[in-house]
Amino acid sequence: MAIDRSAADKPFLLRLLSGISPRSTGLGPFIAAFMLLAVIGLTVFSPWIATHDPLAMDPLMRLKPPSEAHLLGTDGYGRDLFSRMILGGRISLMIGVCAAVVALGLGILIGLLAGYFRAADAVIMRAMDALMAMPSILIAIALVALNGPSIGSVVMAITIPEIPRVVRLVRSVVLTVREEPYVEAATALGSSTAKILFRHLLPNTMAPMIVQGTYIIASAILTEALLSFLGAGISTEIPTWGNIMAEGRQFFRITPGIILWPGLLLTICVLSINLIGDAARDGLDPRMKKREA
Amino acid sequence: MKLRDNDFSAAPTVLEIRDLVVGIAGRAGLPPVLKGVSFDIRRGETVCLVGESGSGKSVTSLSTMGLLPKDALAVISGQIRLNGQDLLALSPGQMKQRRAKDLAMIFQEPMTALNPVMKVGAQITEVLDLHTSLGAAEKRARVIDIMKQVHLPDVERIFESYPHQLSGGQRQRIMIAMALILEPSLLIADEPTTALDVTTQKQILSLIAELQARHGTAVLFITHDMGVVAEIADRVCVMRHGEILETGTIRQVLEQPRHDYAQALLSAVPSLVPRVSRPDAVAAPVLVAKGLGKTYRSGSLLGRKSEVRASYDVGFDLKPGRTLGIVGESGSGKTTVARSIMRLIEPTEGQILLDGDDIAHLSSSQMKPRRRKLQVVFQDPYRSLNPRWTIAQSLTEGPLNYGVPYAEAIAEAKRLLGVISLPEDALRRYPHQFSGGQRQRIAIARAVMLRPDVLVADEAVSALDVSVQAQVLDLLDELQRQTGIAIVFITHDLRVAAQICDDVLVMQRGAVVEQGPAGRVLHDPQHEYTRALIAAAPGRFWDFAARKPLVA
Repeated sequence: MAIDRSAADKPFLLRLLSGISPRSTGLGPFIAAFMLLAVIGLTVFSPWIATHDPLAMDPLMRLKPPSEAHLLGTDGYGRDLFSRMILGGRISLMIGVCAAVVALGLGILIGLLAGYFRAADAVIMRAMDALMAMPSILIAIALVALNGPSIGSVVMAITIPEIPRVVRLVRSVVLTVREEPYVEAATALGSSTAKILFRHLLPNTMAPMIVQGTYIIASAILTEALLSFLGAGISTEIPTWGNIMAEGRQFFRITPGIILWPGLLLTICVLSINLIGDAARDGLDPRMKKREA
Repeated sequence: MKLRDNDFSAAPTVLEIRDLVVGIAGRAGLPPVLKGVSFDIRRGETVCLVGESGSGKSVTSLSTMGLLPKDALAVISGQIRLNGQDLLALSPGQMKQRRAKDLAMIFQEPMTALNPVMKVGAQITEVLDLHTSLGAAEKRARVIDIMKQVHLPDVERIFESYPHQLSGGQRQRIMIAMALILEPSLLIADEPTTALDVTTQKQILSLIAELQARHGTAVLFITHDMGVVAEIADRVCVMRHGEILETGTIRQVLEQPRHDYAQALLSAVPSLVPRVSRPDAVAAPVLVAKGLGKTYRSGSLLGRKSEVRASYDVGFDLKPGRTLGIVGESGSGKTTVARSIMRLIEPTEGQILLDGDDIAHLSSSQMKPRRRKLQVVFQDPYRSLNPRWTIAQSLTEGPLNYGVPYAEAIAEAKRLLGVISLPEDALRRYPHQFSGGQRQRIAIARAVMLRPDVLVADEAVSALDVSVQAQVLDLLDELQRQTGIAIVFITHDLRVAAQICDDVLVMQRGAVVEQGPAGRVLHDPQHEYTRALIAAAPGRFWDFAARKPLVA
């Protein structure tokens, strides 16, 4: 008992670091982290790595197989696939991170309020149920129809259905921690509601939020790809993994690489993020941790 | 009541533990958890293992049951013989056969030991299913018989009940029935009454004694409560840090403890005799409650409304420098009163006058300037400090809320750390680096940082070992003498109430049944319930510190 308790009391960054070691989690998360870093490096530094202008069309060079000039060949407009793919990855990852940050930011705030104020709880949670009932694809199509296909519309479409999930998670943590004597003691010590919410309650939600954040990034990247694939996403002037693949669909028989390469990168990326998220969850939750020998 | 004086030298030995050493599994280098424990229990005898938390009492009992957590603890050497057979030599399968049949165990928390989704009758029957080949009717008859033996009322109905439909005492009776149905030769009881109210505790203790006499069971009883020991033990083993420091008959240990630690342990047991009353203060009362009550209403918009009166018509006044005890069993409404006074909840009726102003219905912004006069210490030291905050952050939280400059707040925190006997570098540490008693002292320091007029202590020493309990009570006393703070002390423990309170208020089912000066209420109780409460206090016939019987 005493051992478990002290583990739970440690500040959570320490818990995260002590929880994730090759001995307790296996090599999986470390390989995943390495792969993810490679993908991020490739996409973040894409302007310097790219061999061509990703938007420059060359009708003479359409649908070429990989060659020295075009590492992965070219697409239906003669644009360099490698350059488009790494730049597209940059946009895809950015959309993922933006969606996660917005969903977490709003979700945590709403969740704190819903968990702490009984009066607000019923109203907020019913509104969240309504949001959750909307499929992101339909919201995206509606938003794109209204505002035109922009990164903003896509991020918004992905974020809206994620917010209720975050709110529920935060609320459940707040409901438990709110009853802790140290929170009541803070009330007795004259701490303001804001201080109780942000200094006492918020830190307790961080561990599950980090984990949730990784899942949101992964699912946002997938949703973006799906939206673009359906034609409800960002226009092809701005390459993303989704619309590169969407465009490659019609040439799949001639040059399958247009779909396969971005698809491979997307898979590696989502898989790594999920593996890291799982490892973080195991590391942060003492109950999930296997007993060390 | 008096101490047990039975001679068991002629009875056969049931349990024989010899030089039992238990260590942390897989870490040979670490010091063992049990360092060579030896004792015997004879047929019909009760041996009490007494000690504070971490002394190794439970590890001893779990080793005997063969229930040590597999990858954490392991028996390194020694012998455990039950009726002459070495239990440590048995395979897990053989040991499983032994459990329930030859040795059985009851635990502290009957709710968690029973399966919540299974009827209790079926749970008792399960023991018979596993170990006998009786027919269904025969099994049922045996179960009903043992349920009658443990004095459960309305046996047929309880047979068909789920654990949550029973009271704590009834659940513990079910556990005892389950443990004794196969008439094992050894019963291990690990703090079986700690989670129960005193009146229930008394019934359970006499039940165990009665069944023991009937079946000749040897009982290994584990407890931290010296009062319980005085009630039921034939022999006592005092444990500390994995060693038995002293063994003897109950009379030897209580009258002439040889080891320093046993002496200290006995001296720390608070006496039931109320302390010498202090002169009543002449000052005006700082806190007055009049007709205070809290009713919880529930029910949906359309559904039937239900009401629970958690407390009603509570009134008292508290003068500076005085301590008011609110005593009662679980569900008596004492904590509701505390939370109402603190305005952590809003009372539904009555007045709370703090320095003459009624605070019963103030909004939280109106409350804020008054909060610094009212502070609280909670029961569980592990949960009352924010685990992510350093001690400095926790201690300065209150002063900073009221605009005290940080340097001043830290200086005061350092001074108070001195008062609670902790080093100054404690400021930079986190709660998990401190023991329960230290954390509770920190919680008290945090409460007095604001120099409040009233301190509400809600079961503030109940989770602590007796020696630590004594330190915390001394600290409260010291603070009261220095600062003239008034204390509302909420407790279920009459011994603690007798030692710290000037006035006592006894609550039952939400209402005050008796109140008055501690000496009068505890010495000459008028109300039937108060009398029952005092009669149920374990070991009330014995003065532990003076090592002699109390003369009434």
